[in-house]
Amino acid sequence: MTEHKKKTNIILFSGDYDKAMAAYIIANGAAAYDHEVTVFHTFWGLNALRKDGFVPVKKGFLEKMFAKMMPRGADKMGLSNMNFAGMGPKMIKHIMKKHNAVPLPQLIEMAQEQDIKLVACTMTMDLLGLQKEELLDDIIYAGVAAYLADAEEGNVNLFI
Amino acid sequence: MKANKVLDVNGLACPMPIVKTKKAMNEIETGQVLKVRATDKGAKNDLAAWTKSSGHELLDFKEENGVFIFWIKKG
Repeated sequence: MTEHKKKTNIILFSGDYDKAMAAYIIANGAAAYDHEVTVFHTFWGLNALRKDGFVPVKKGFLEKMFAKMMPRGADKMGLSNMNFAGMGPKMIKHIMKKHNAVPLPQLIEMAQEQDIKLVACTMTMDLLGLQKEELLDDIIYAGVAAYLADAEEGNVNLFI
Repeated sequence: MKANKVLDVNGLACPMPIVKTKKAMNEIETGQVLKVRATDKGAKNDLAAWTKSSGHELLDFKEENGVFIFWIKKG
C-alpha cells in the first residue's frame, strides 16, 4: 500500500484497570482500522506493562516501597470507581467473563500481536523505580520527544 | 449471497468483532466477499463504519434472530 497510514496515539497515565481497558480497546480498534498505533505509558500507566511475577533487581529503600505498593501487572490493577478494596475488580472480571469481554492482560497481548507500539516513559520509570527487567518484553523506551513526533502527525490523540 | 470466507464472531464483545474481521479480511483477495456473523449490539454500527473507513464495500446486511450478518466485499 502506498497511501499514508493514519496514526492513533494514546497516553496511558492512569493505573486503573477500567481506564487502561478503555485505552487498550481503543488501541486495538484503531489497529483494526489500519492505523499506526502507539500507547505511551507514563506514571501509573507503567504498571500495565509490569510483569506479574517478582523480578529480582537492585533497588533502594523507597524504590522497594513503591514496587510493593504498586500493582504488579495489568491484572492486579484496581478500579477507578467502586474498587471496594479489591472486591470491585473481582466482580467486574466476573461480569466481563459473562459478557465475553476481553480481560486487560489479553488486550495488551492482542495489542502486541497487532504490532501496536508500546512505549514506556523512561523519566517516570526512574521516578517510580521501575527497571526494564520488570516490564514486558518487546516494548520501546522513550521520552516526550518521541511521543510528540508521533502525536504531531496523529489523527487521534488521547490522554487517559 | 455467495461468500469466499465466513467469519463467526457470535458472542464476542467489542473490540473483537472488528479485530477479527480485519484479520479475516487480510486473508482474502480484493474483490472477494467476507461474510461476518456477530451478536454484539454495537457491531451493526461498528462494522458499517469500519467497512466504509477501510475502503471496503458493505454489499448486504441482515438481522436474523438477534444475529447480525454482513457481506463485505474487499476493496
